[in-house]
Amino acid sequence: MFPYEKYLRLDKFPHIWCTGCGCGIIMKAMLRAIEKSKIPKDSIALVSGIGCSSRTPGYVDFNTLHTTHGRAIAFATGLKLAKPKLKIIVVSGDGDAIAIGGNHFIHAARRNLDMTVIVYNNYIYGMTGGQASPATPIGKKGSTAPYGSIEPSFDISGLAIAAGATFVARSTCYHAVQLDKYIEKGLLKKGFSLIEVLAPCPTYYARLNRIGTSVDMLRWYKENSIPVEAAKKMSRKEKDGKIIIGVLHNIERVEFCEEYKKLVERVKRGQATF
Amino acid sequence: MQRINKKDIKLMTGNEACAEAAIVAGMRFFAGYPITPSSEIAEILSCRLPREGGVFIQMEDELGSMATIIGASLAGMKSMTATSGPGFSLMQENIGYASMTEIPCVIVDVQRGGPSTGLPTLPSQADVMQSRWGTHGDHPIIVVAPSTVRETFDWTIKAFNLAERFRVPVIVLLDEIIGHINEKIIFPKKEEIVIIERERTKENPKTYLPYQCVDTDIPLFADFGAGYRYNVTGLCHDETGFPTNDPEKIDALYRRLNRKIERYTDEIIEFKTVSLDDAEICIVAYGSSARSAYRAIRRAREMGIKAGIFQIFTIWPFPYEELTKISQHVKNFIVPEMNLGQIAHEVSCATGCDVIKVNRVDGGLITPDEIFERIKYVSV
Ligand SMILES: Cc1ncc(C[n+]2csc(CCOP(=O)(O)OP(=O)(O)O)c2C)c(N)n1
Ligand code: SF4
Repeated sequence: MFPYEKYLRLDKFPHIWCTGCGCGIIMKAMLRAIEKSKIPKDSIALVSGIGCSSRTPGYVDFNTLHTTHGRAIAFATGLKLAKPKLKIIVVSGDGDAIAIGGNHFIHAARRNLDMTVIVYNNYIYGMTGGQASPATPIGKKGSTAPYGSIEPSFDISGLAIAAGATFVARSTCYHAVQLDKYIEKGLLKKGFSLIEVLAPCPTYYARLNRIGTSVDMLRWYKENSIPVEAAKKMSRKEKDGKIIIGVLHNIERVEFCEEYKKLVERVKRGQATF
Repeated sequence: MQRINKKDIKLMTGNEACAEAAIVAGMRFFAGYPITPSSEIAEILSCRLPREGGVFIQMEDELGSMATIIGASLAGMKSMTATSGPGFSLMQENIGYASMTEIPCVIVDVQRGGPSTGLPTLPSQADVMQSRWGTHGDHPIIVVAPSTVRETFDWTIKAFNLAERFRVPVIVLLDEIIGHINEKIIFPKKEEIVIIERERTKENPKTYLPYQCVDTDIPLFADFGAGYRYNVTGLCHDETGFPTNDPEKIDALYRRLNRKIERYTDEIIEFKTVSLDDAEICIVAYGSSARSAYRAIRRAREMGIKAGIFQIFTIWPFPYEELTKISQHVKNFIVPEMNLGQIAHEVSCATGCDVIKVNRVDGGLITPDEIFERIKYVSV
């Protein structure tokens, strides 16, 4: 068995998550990936905003920072620039990352600031009682979308790619083994990496949309996911409504902290003028 | 008289003095978003900080700027941001976060007319109450208000010292006039400048409690990533830094957070009095309105009117007790301010007197004449 005790703050349990919630599955995958990547605990700063998913930092033994709703990436920006040696992981809900925190999300990706962002995408605002989020699929219900959402949803991974992220992968809580690998790859990538994970919220999303239990949600992920390689050969219509999983994007681009370091060196040598 | 070195005399604006002073204070991290009339501070620091090996970053908005400086301070760097009305409003939630988590930082608000976009290029002093109560909840905060370029230099350094000493956000309230006025400044000598650093823990990481109630009420700091692995949250927390719902611990936290400032007001509060000993009229002034107040009392004295001034440097915590003392022998208080009477109300609370307000909200500076007219009116 994986030695989770090595990383958990056991005295902080029981956790606040509902039975069947995807948050725990993602937290465990993250710990396995950290173990594999051999990054020491003291070098990791785990930063979050507000939401069910954002409660993860309280349970794990790293430098943990639970901030304000939507601002985790901005707090993390300060930590990283002040102490570039820190390995930054941000955990965030779909609302936290792309609704209220959307601006920081796209700009950190644009800067290609070295951090790994794990978005727990449960299609809903869990913490506040199941309201619709920008990730709620069109037609699906939330407590503020009783007739079904009429808004098109954001493709979170697509948004990160478009904004300039250098590593982007999508997985689901059903595909936990792959998830470990993606998180590990994200951690080892120098630059802005995003791991989007579809996560069940049985309490609100599954209930309001009459999907059933968490197990039904996981089954739904299993039946509707297509590996990215296979998706490449499929038509747009065939892919409609499917979850494309895998490493979606992996490129090289200058990283912001390194670029800043170079600027400082240039200025100090007197080579930069204005 | 001590000889002044020529290179210690400069002509500069308040915004320039603020940026310079921040560097002298040891600030090496700035995050901000451009806004008139504060932008020069960011511009200067974008040039200066890389040279000092520090970090300058222009963020995507003020919400992010505030969050970023808190993150940097948590990693151990003295950090600051600068803004004006609309941006200051956006920073409020995270100013509360800094208060709650006791992470030192400095926010410069170069005031312009508001609310909303208001008067981007004209001065105001209407953020005085927002600087105290802008974020929600009972919270500790310190606000300073210099009135000249030299005072801006001194009080920017002091702002960092106060932030470090008490682990609170400190707000430097400038206004468009002080920010942009070009004035002669004689720099203090290096040995005259006091720099304070936050007190860091020497505790073993295994036993360290990030919010331990020590007898000073100011917990000892550990830089993030220095081997302590603790938790920071804006939720109500106990000594361990983890969230709590225990009423006793909640109460203890709120009371300590506020006591941390209340019990040190003697050390924090600073003001200056001129010609008050025999005065019958006291002008209570701060920020750029104090400039005109000094002129006005000089004229009054020339005419034999016994007027003096009480200039406030630390608006919050407010010098209630000191003003109460003065009200034992002075009964006439005049408060000039570029708002509709935000500090006048505090002065009347402190003195129990009907305060005479001199207010301007048309984007113009209160002139010495306007204050002098009120002095004359009171004196007859
Ligand atoms: C500024 C602000 N607005 C609103 C809230 C209330 N709030 C708390 S969590 C949350 C949404 C959480 O949803 P999400 O980010 O998707 O995370 P989840 O709970 O689903 O994991 C909201 C709206 C808040 N804490 N702060
Ligand atoms: S409300 Fe939903 S997201 Fe929140 S803990 Fe419960 S199942 Fe998880």
